[in-house]
Amino acid sequence: MDLTLFIIGVATVAAAIAAMSLRNLIHCVLALAVCFLGVAILFLRLGAEFVGFAQILVYIGAVAILIVFAILLTRSGGEEPKPFFNSQWWYGLAIAVAVFGCLSFAILGGKSIQPQSITGNSTTVKQIGTELMTTYVLPLEVMGILLTAAMLGAVVIAWQKGERK
Amino acid sequence: MSQLTLTTPILATADQILVNFKQSLVGLLPEILQTPAAVMLSIIPIMICFATLFALATWLERKGLGRIQNRIGPNRVGLPFTKTRLYGLGQPIADGIKMLIKEDIVPRNADKFLHFMAPVALLIPAFLAFAVIPYGEGIVPIDLDAGLLFFFAIGASTELVIFCAGWASRNKYALLGAMRAIAQMISYELPLIISTFSVIMAVGSLSLVSIVNAQSGNFWDWHVFTPWGLAGFILFFIASLAEANRSPFDIPEGESEIIAGHLIEYSGFKYALFFMAEYLGMFAMNGLSIALFLGGYHAPFAFLEGWLPGPVWFLAKLLVLIALFIWIRGTMPRLRMDQLMNFAWKFMLPMSLVVVVAAGLWKFLANPVFGWPVCGGLILGVHLLLSRSLFDARGWQKRTYRFAD
Amino acid sequence: MNELQAYLLISAALFCVGLVGVLTRRNAILVLVGIELMLNAANLNFIAFWSFSPNAASIDGIMFVIFSIGIAAAEAAVGLALIIAIYRHYKSVNVDEVNSLKG
Repeated sequence: MDLTLFIIGVATVAAAIAAMSLRNLIHCVLALAVCFLGVAILFLRLGAEFVGFAQILVYIGAVAILIVFAILLTRSGGEEPKPFFNSQWWYGLAIAVAVFGCLSFAILGGKSIQPQSITGNSTTVKQIGTELMTTYVLPLEVMGILLTAAMLGAVVIAWQKGERK
Repeated sequence: MSQLTLTTPILATADQILVNFKQSLVGLLPEILQTPAAVMLSIIPIMICFATLFALATWLERKGLGRIQNRIGPNRVGLPFTKTRLYGLGQPIADGIKMLIKEDIVPRNADKFLHFMAPVALLIPAFLAFAVIPYGEGIVPIDLDAGLLFFFAIGASTELVIFCAGWASRNKYALLGAMRAIAQMISYELPLIISTFSVIMAVGSLSLVSIVNAQSGNFWDWHVFTPWGLAGFILFFIASLAEANRSPFDIPEGESEIIAGHLIEYSGFKYALFFMAEYLGMFAMNGLSIALFLGGYHAPFAFLEGWLPGPVWFLAKLLVLIALFIWIRGTMPRLRMDQLMNFAWKFMLPMSLVVVVAAGLWKFLANPVFGWPVCGGLILGVHLLLSRSLFDARGWQKRTYRFAD
Repeated sequence: MNELQAYLLISAALFCVGLVGVLTRRNAILVLVGIELMLNAANLNFIAFWSFSPNAASIDGIMFVIFSIGIAAAEAAVGLALIIAIYRHYKSVNVDEVNSLKG
């Protein structure tokens, strides 16, 4: 395991912890964007070029901005009011630590997976396109319908109906 | 598309002069330093060239705008420490010194870390975008298989930084300017990306090097001389004007509107960094449109191909596009925010989708004799339909005059 | 610990950080941020297993992640629209206060 993987991994998890624990919401969202960038770098490191760039384009370029707009539209842009964690925060922390313990036991212990090294498993965009149009054409069309429905639904839900008193 | 082979050794050398120079320099170094040196020798000339081009473009813009507005523009600052005027070519040096020695004012309530990081974080994508554009035969810093997607991903990440700059200033007008800037950039990102789909379909690859290679030959082989290419180029040009916040889409930083929009609270060197990032973004978009539609580094005629190195042709095309940008800035009035958004969503987005359909039809009707009328007719027909129905809805009205009493 | 286990541990850590956020923060938008973190962790898992798999021809991992990114974006849009609509009604996005159906 290299030094660069260690640094990138630690930076990503640190950004995620910052995203969940800072008191100013906009700082949280910016830390989340850094975390997305870290995950995109990990994707690139694993040889998945298309997915890495798509992650930057979709998550940082669209989802983070969407969350920022929602924060500004719900006036949560300043500092949070004082008890910014729940009253049962230690239950949540205990559950998360237990889940992490379980997962790391499964990853590190037990029968160890003997993986290959990162092979020439770098696919070209042409392969992805061909697969999308042949094997995965049904999920592709369903995704189109889903995205259209989500877009229309979001507009309808957030629409301001008529005059507000 | 004819594959050109450079048979004369002299022509081949003139074309590859920069590549050979770099390889001879790298060959002089010991083995272990060769890869970092090769990488540095790819990156540093590009950074220096585009920073110099930025200085030249500011001078060109001020002189050009001045002439369009019937005045001279800066003409006093020439060579430093001498009395020669030299048509004001030393003006960028004077501007640079002024920006550097200005006091750096940070508002007391501002978010200090974000206020400091925003200009730096904006320059990084601006420089990264130059990494995938081919400047010559074999002169591309990195040949990514998904190069075009990389470019658009980098462009998308500038939006969040602009919001960060506007919000960190804790100023209502800066925040308003930042929201307008993001709304504009997101709206025009869709026509920008969709208008390149036709090129991707025609070439069959996202790699910019193969897109430029598919346009080799004479100038009528360039993508701009096909109906979908011409419409796509015009759409991409307008969308890149909007993405670079240039007039007529400069509502986010219009000086008579909102003073500097999201840049109000920035002064001195930080403002210079934002300014540089905006111009570099403009150069990157122009470089991309040259690579996609205007034949990249290829000469207009096949027999001219080896006489000058590729970067020279690229620079010539880039200067033409920059001149077009400056010309449009000096000539057209600013669009209002709602006019801008309507234009993007109701006109440019349907037009870009029609261009994609036309590109598909062009491939299907293999002969250009049928291709031009059908595809051109489709694009023109939809254009007329949209423009007449959307913007002429009020019809002609009697001209009325209102005088102040 | 080989490289695959390192990637899986990073993904597990991201998942658990997202889980903490969903379970403990009071602002509804931060709950959504936690959900996005969990989705990212799952995507990282898929790509890690795809990259280290012995079957070089299958790109199922990448396809799954492409669809997952798209669905996550759509879900974030709808979720945030819901939060905005709730804010308009309750004037608050605190998940503890939006409880008028409580018996």
